[in-house]
This record gives sequence, structure tokens and C-alpha cells, in this order.
Amino acid sequence: MAGVTVGPSIYWYLTRASGAVALILLTASVVVGIAAIGRLRAPGVPRFMVDGLHRSASLLSLVFLVIHILTSVLDNFAPISLADAVVPFVGAYRPLWLGLGAVAFDLLLALTITSLLRRHLGHTTWRGVHWLAYVCWPVAVVHGFGTGTDVQQTWMMLINVACIVAVLFGVAARVAVGWPANARLRLGMLGVAGAFALGLVIWLPGGPLGKGWARRAGTPSSLLHPAHGGHA
Amino acid sequence: MHIEIDPIKCEAHGLCAELLPERITLDEWGYPLIDQTPVPAALEDLARRAVNACPTLALRLQASRHADRDTSARRSAERSAAAARSGAGDRPYQLYTQRRRRG
Amino acid sequence: MSLPRLLLGVGGETMSYDRHVDVHGERPSGSGRSAGGGPPPLVAALTRSGLRGRGGASFPLVTKLEAVARAKGNPVVVINGGEGEPMSVKDRMLLESLPHLVLDGAFCLAETLQTSDVVIAIDASFREAGDTMRLALRARPEVGRRGLQPRIVTIPSGYVTGQESAIVNFVNNGIPRPVTQPPRISERGIARRPTLMSNAETLAHVALIARHGADWYREIGPDDEPGSLLVTLSGGVRAPGVYEIEYGSLLGSLIDAADGLAEPARAFLLGGYAGSWVDGPTATTLRLSRTMLRPLRATLGSGIIVALPQSACPVAEVTRVATYMSDQSASQCGPCVNGLASIANTLVELCEGQAGRDAFGDLRRWSELVMGRGACGHPDGAARFVTSALSVFVQEFEDHARHGLCEACERRPVLITPRQQAAVQ
Repeated sequence: MAGVTVGPSIYWYLTRASGAVALILLTASVVVGIAAIGRLRAPGVPRFMVDGLHRSASLLSLVFLVIHILTSVLDNFAPISLADAVVPFVGAYRPLWLGLGAVAFDLLLALTITSLLRRHLGHTTWRGVHWLAYVCWPVAVVHGFGTGTDVQQTWMMLINVACIVAVLFGVAARVAVGWPANARLRLGMLGVAGAFALGLVIWLPGGPLGKGWARRAGTPSSLLHPAHGGHA
Repeated sequence: MHIEIDPIKCEAHGLCAELLPERITLDEWGYPLIDQTPVPAALEDLARRAVNACPTLALRLQASRHADRDTSARRSAERSAAAARSGAGDRPYQLYTQRRRRG
Repeated sequence: MSLPRLLLGVGGETMSYDRHVDVHGERPSGSGRSAGGGPPPLVAALTRSGLRGRGGASFPLVTKLEAVARAKGNPVVVINGGEGEPMSVKDRMLLESLPHLVLDGAFCLAETLQTSDVVIAIDASFREAGDTMRLALRARPEVGRRGLQPRIVTIPSGYVTGQESAIVNFVNNGIPRPVTQPPRISERGIARRPTLMSNAETLAHVALIARHGADWYREIGPDDEPGSLLVTLSGGVRAPGVYEIEYGSLLGSLIDAADGLAEPARAFLLGGYAGSWVDGPTATTLRLSRTMLRPLRATLGSGIIVALPQSACPVAEVTRVATYMSDQSASQCGPCVNGLASIANTLVELCEGQAGRDAFGDLRRWSELVMGRGACGHPDGAARFVTSALSVFVQEFEDHARHGLCEACERRPVLITPRQQAAVQ
């Protein structure tokens, strides 16, 4: 697309929307995955359905993530290249926060590929890699806060809060059911989850929800012209 | 073709019995009782799905080899039927799905 | 030449290498070709002898040997000195008193398989056996940098730690627990190499067959089960200990050799805690061979025979052993963990007169439910032990169900359940 854009393109909208959807699906995948391994039962829901839902949510999340990446590259507003999707922290646009998105994407790729090749890799290897899901999700959330255009919008905030609460609830349920088996590991996870929530509470008000975040987050100064408006 | 289980890997998740009740039932502790009669062609897809669904990869599909599979097949079929009849719910025994994780 | 064979010349101390050569002669080589391109002479002799394992499974040795010889990779020979059954001491006795006989067998087979690696697995509780073996190895001319390279591995004490895959798992990974087979250890065992693991007593027989041949081996015992075996006789006999008998001999003759029973025997336990019971009257005419015992659903296992005196309480003894067997589970397989625990708990309730109405039905159901559903044979053995006890001691169990503990429950146990063999967790 040549010429001067007079406003945000369709791709910019698509990337924000698909990003939000990907986060919702990823959250669903994590929560259902916790339910599966924690053997948390719901009446009328067979185990294989829980397993199937987890796999479907994960794959769909990956699909929307790919859309999110492609549309952000195609959009001319922010200088995001395809390489920035997989190689973190080298981009021109908000390198740290965008880079976290690349990290989350790389992790999700690893999780997906190892899951598809599970029978060949063996259970132990697969399980070792799958623990990275607990890294992938929070990184995706922080990426959303750091780069998200709509962070300060109420609807996006609601989505974020709902996702975070869902995962925190899932972790709490996983820790509680079967306690005190593996006590140290469970306490560790609880601590990490609590620290994450606390970290967000401390960081968000003065960070993405505060003034001047776009500049502080690393948006190139050429893009900060108030005439383009609409961006935090 | 029949289904083989690695009892060490099995952690009683129970997906297999949900997907292939024709050949797999659960005992009173939630562990699978696998009927060793060969899987007919009609059930092969479901059997494959059941094997792939196992979260710990404890199941395997194996081509049947010997004729003496029949005695163990009959025995396991009888046992499965007996277990299914015996009413697992009578006694309130704790479900020990595992005392400890094994690697 | 009849009995003794293995126990020939055995005295109070360890038989030195020189005395061993004096008594039995030099060890023949295990390698060598036969005219006409057939199997090596030792293999042919072992085949014709029909030698079966003495560790409890009674598996034909030659079948194992050929499987290892066929498999890819440089084989390893392992002497299984992990005698998990508390009521058996014959392997311990062999390792402590006749190490050279056992080493002979292992070394012959190593030469047949053209390998220099021999592992000697010894139960940690055999304090003397380790030292005895170390000394014995020093006296062996075959051992050295150019020759055979044996090493001693001390395995943790426990009921299942002497199972062949548990020993391999321990040597490979430090974990003394059985693993699922296939792949069998004959294909992939120690360091993923084909492994020929044999009970210490089996190897002692190999040593003698190598010297005297298959015909000699078959001179005693019935045609379908030739040769001699070591049994550990204990319980209410006046002279308990390790005896060498021929297959098919009368239990009565063995008891006579042990100076008879100190008091009448209520029943006999054959085959250890994975074995089964035979009531006193039946036992008087019992012949000790597989074919004779099969109709009674009994086996000799690793040669364990315990005479349960009239004054002992069979219910208390069986309950104690069942609890032990449940504790000794490697806890890897759900049916074993749950099944043996349920069986043990219900037996305790029965013994104390607190059992529910369906206790006997439950016990039968669980015994059936655990069969063949573990990675090793442990649950099968425990279930067999309990099932046969329930059918032999019907009256005693009924009495306990109705009235609870009896006086005999308090007496010193006949069946040992070592507490220092910590549960394999």
C-alpha cells in the first residue's frame, strides 16, 4: 500500500482483534488443560471431551495467532517485520513488548509441534516441554499489555481481567485438589501465580494504563505524531 | 490386532475406556481391564483413537502374533466381564490413583 | 555320582579356589566349536540336560542363552545374587560358601557368548558375600585385563529388587524397580546390551554340567525333570537349613533328613511368598517336582519349603505376609498398589474379626483382578499366596472372622517379614 495513510488500516483492526481472540483461546486452552491433568470433572463431560477441547482450543489459538502476526506485518503503520514474529527483541517497534509476543509464539510452536509428535518423542520429553505452557501464557498476557493498542479500553480490560482470573482460578484449583501431594511444587506454582498477579497490579497503573506509555514502551517517535491519534 | 498396556505408565485417566468401551472397562480403582480378543476391522479406528488419547502414552496397538493369545484373550475377557458385573461401587475404598509419581 | 553335587565338600568356611579345584576339577572352557558346525559343546550339553532356572521362574536356560546370543550387541552375563524371598537362603549360602562354583558357571557362559563382561549382583544385606566374592575374584586366573572383567554391584534389599529388570534398571539408572518388558533384557539390558541374567544356583549347575556333561546331570531325578536342586527348609523342622535334593523326591524324606518335625505341621508353604500352601495330610505323600505339584496348584519356586507348626496361627502369618507383600510393591502399577493394599487391609480386618460380610468374596475378586496386570509378577505371586491360604485354612479363617484374634496370633512369627527391607518407594 503506497501513499500516506490517513487512519488505521483494516489490518491494524484485524491484528488487534485476532490478538484478543488468540489470548482468549490460549486462556481457554490453559484452563481446560489444567482441568484435564488435574482430573477435575464436570458432570456429563467425558474425559476425552476435555482432552479434545484442550487440543482444539490450542490449535485455534495458534490459527488466530498466525492471523494476528500476519496482519500486524501487513499493516503499514508500525514497522513490524515477519522476522520480529519469531526473533524476539530485535524489532523497531516497542522491541521489548513485541519481543515478548515472539517469545510466546515460539513457545506455542514448540508446544504444538511436540504435541503433534508425542508418540515419537515419548511421554517424558513431551511433558518436559509442555511445562513451558505456564511460561507461554503469562508472557502473552504481558505482551498484550505492553503493545496492546486497546489496553486502556474498558472492553479489553475486561477481557484481560477475565483471562487472568480464569487462569489464577485454574491454578488454585489444581493446587487444592490432591493437596498435599507434591506440596513443594504446588506451593511454588501458587507463589509464581500470586507474584504474577501482584506484579501486574503494581506495574499496570503506572505502566500501560498510565500516561505516555506509547513513548515509554518504545514506539518509534515518528509514529507518535498526535495527528494520527487513537494510539495511547 | 490387539491393545497392549504399559502398566507402569498408566495413571488411570480413563479416556481409553470412554472411547473404546467394547474392549476396555475400568476396574474399581479406575485402571483399565483390556479385553484381549482381537480388534475387528470395524473398531480399528476407534481403537487407534483410544490409544492416541491416552495422556501418558500407556497404550499401544500390536499386531496379534500367536495362537496362545486366545487363552489369555479368553481369560481377560472373562475377568473383564466379571469385574463389570461385580459392582465397583459397593465398597467405599479410596481411589489410589498413584501414591507417588514415577518418572 | 549322586548327591551331594553342588554341596559336595562344603564345610563351615568359604571353599577356597584350590579346594574347589580339588573337589570339582578344573573349569572347562565355555567356548570351542564342535565338529560338524553344531552349537558349542556347552550349549549342546545344557540343551540335553534341560537345565531350568533356579530363581523361581524355572525358565529353560538354553532358551535365554540363545536369545542373548542372537541379539545384537556385545552381551553381558549377570549373576543374580538378589535373593528377595525372606525364607530363602540358598543363594546367600552359595555366594558365601561356594563362590567359585557360581563364578565357574558365569565364566563358562561368558566364554560361550564371547564376552568379557560379568556383573555380580549381590543383595546389600549379604554382608559377607560381597567380601567373599571380592576375595574369590582375586584368586581367579581368568580375571584380568586381557581376560574376563567381572564387577560386583550391590543391590538394595527388597522383595522385588532382585527381579531381573529391576537389577538392570538399578545398574543402568540407579532405580531398583522393575520395568515393563518387552523389550526383554535378553535383547536390551545392562547398558542396552543383550543380558544373560541367571540365578546363582543355576550357574552352579552350569559349572558341573560343563565338567560332567548332560548324561551325568540326568542320572538323578525323573526324566521330565532331571537333576538336583537346593531347597531352604525352615519352620517346624528340627534342623532347618539348605538341603540338596533330587527332583521328584519325597517331602517326607527331606523332613527326615532334617531330623523330623519338632511338632506336627499344620501345612507346608512351597515356593515362598509367591508360592502356595499344601495342607499337612496331603504333604505327607508329596513328591517335590513340577509335575507332581501342578495338580495341587503348587510350585517349588526358588526351592522354599516352610513347615507351619500346629501351634502357629495361619491367619496371622498370612496376614503379616500379605501386608509385607503390599509394602514391598514397587508402587508403579495401579492394580498392584491398590489390589495388594486392599487384600492386606481386609485380611487384617478378618484376622481381628472386624471384616465385612463380603470379605471373602472381596479377597477372591481382588486376587483375580491383580493377575497379570502389573509390570512384573509380584501381584500374581501375592494373590496366589493368599488364594491358596484361603482354600487350605478355611476353618481358621472362618474362626477368625467370627471371633477375632486367637492366642496363637501373638506367638513369634514363623514367616519372616523383614522390616529393615524398607518398602521400595
